[in-house]
Amino acid sequence: MSVRMALLAILCDSPQHGYELRGEFEARTGSVWPLNVGQVYSTLQRLERDGLVTAAAPTSDGHVIHDVTNAGRAAATAWFTDPIDRTSPPRDELAMKLSLAAATDLVDVRDVIARQRVSSMRALRDVTRLKPSDDESFADAEAMGWSLALESMVFQTEAEIRWLDHVESRLLTQASRRRESPARRAAKPVPERVVNLVEENR
Amino acid sequence: MSTQAITERSPSVIATPPPLELLDVSKVYGEAQLAVQALRGVTLTVHEGEFVAVMGPSGSGKSTLLQLAGGVESPSAGCVSICGRALVGQSSAARAQARLGAVGYVFQALNLVSSLTAKENVALPLELAGEKTKRAYRLATEALIEVGLESSVDKFPEEMSGGQQQRVAIARGLIGDRKLILADEPTGALDSVSGEAVLRLLRAKVDAGAAAILVTHDARHAAWADRTVFLRDGLIIDDTGGPGDPRDLLGPL
Ligand SMILES: Nc1ncnc2c1ncn2[C@@H]1O[C@H](COP(=O)(O)OP(=O)(O)OP(=O)(O)O)[C@@H](O)[C@H]1O
Ligand SMILES: [Mg+2]
Repeated sequence: MSVRMALLAILCDSPQHGYELRGEFEARTGSVWPLNVGQVYSTLQRLERDGLVTAAAPTSDGHVIHDVTNAGRAAATAWFTDPIDRTSPPRDELAMKLSLAAATDLVDVRDVIARQRVSSMRALRDVTRLKPSDDESFADAEAMGWSLALESMVFQTEAEIRWLDHVESRLLTQASRRRESPARRAAKPVPERVVNLVEENR
Repeated sequence: MSTQAITERSPSVIATPPPLELLDVSKVYGEAQLAVQALRGVTLTVHEGEFVAVMGPSGSGKSTLLQLAGGVESPSAGCVSICGRALVGQSSAARAQARLGAVGYVFQALNLVSSLTAKENVALPLELAGEKTKRAYRLATEALIEVGLESSVDKFPEEMSGGQQQRVAIARGLIGDRKLILADEPTGALDSVSGEAVLRLLRAKVDAGAAAILVTHDARHAAWADRTVFLRDGLIIDDTGGPGDPRDLLGPL
């Protein structure tokens, strides 16, 4: 859904063919979210079907130039100004994995956390190394787009690491409480949320 | 880029002893029932041009590790060497002397001298190491400009905000030709933009050949380091290794 709206938004700036559009998307977002050209063409077809873009007759070298319709322009503006939709949050594999790891004897959840933390920290370091200097990122809109896309990854990965630390300390607290009062050890039912996650992911 | 500083180390650099070596270092504070085992056998080498971050919960031994590395405290067991010189057995005065020339320290509790201005605070380690006052002041002023404090050069600590005082402490830790920079949560009082500016500065010092350890709770700041080690209860429990480390190919340990 977001790729569809992003492509539509770029078309609002100038009519272009699918291959150009893909290049423009990657330039403006720093190739952080790579896109294959087939995906671009099929998205354009759907946008055309929905009356948001038009397709001109192929040029002599076979390119089809797309342009936005008035409805398309309105949809792109609305996409920018409306806050993102949270009714169907993206499925978060890591959150799912940890909820399940906390409730199974198959693995030690703390080991799962430790491995993930090392891997997330490396990812964060590698993204940070790509960050341009302020001077570089202020150079033009494209450089700024790339820099902002990288920073969004930086903040997301940081949040992931903080969350891992939080889960770890919650589990440690739980373990020490259980040691203090073994009576509380009675088996708890699997939380409904966890059951739902399993169901959804079938 | 900075990766090259790590992978393409010249042979002459490999031959010189590393700026910091901790060998099976332990630290116990207090005695008998009151004894606290703050570090339990930590081994860590930091090379020239290497930047290591230390993360861990409160009380896990991060500041202790830094104090041992800087010779501020002496270990209960194990050995600490700065630039190949073992600190064990040296008097605290000798440790201080070894530290003055080679080691820049940014303390968690800033340790600014309240009766000295920002410039005088920053110049202090240079003067103690024998630098002439005039030159020390000039370098101190430059260092303060680097951390964005050009307008506070002649202010006293109590006339500055927490974040400004923190930047004075950073300037003092980075000034001069330090082989080893030890920074204990240097960005705690800074907003995210000034915090990042400080990390870029530290990164630049390392890329110019210094070795550095940064203690931080902030993963975004640790990410400027080449390598992050994780402390728990006085032990290194995990280590990302450096970029291009063979372990990267094998996945996490
Ligand atoms: N001078 C001291 N005397 C006695 N105990 C101490 C001393 N310094 C530290 N400790 C103890 O040693 C342990 C490690 O302390 P340290 O200051 O190294 O932790 P830290 O990881 O830096 O924590 P923080 O994130 O809160 O700064 C703690 O249990 C602390 O209470
Ligand atoms: Mg500390």
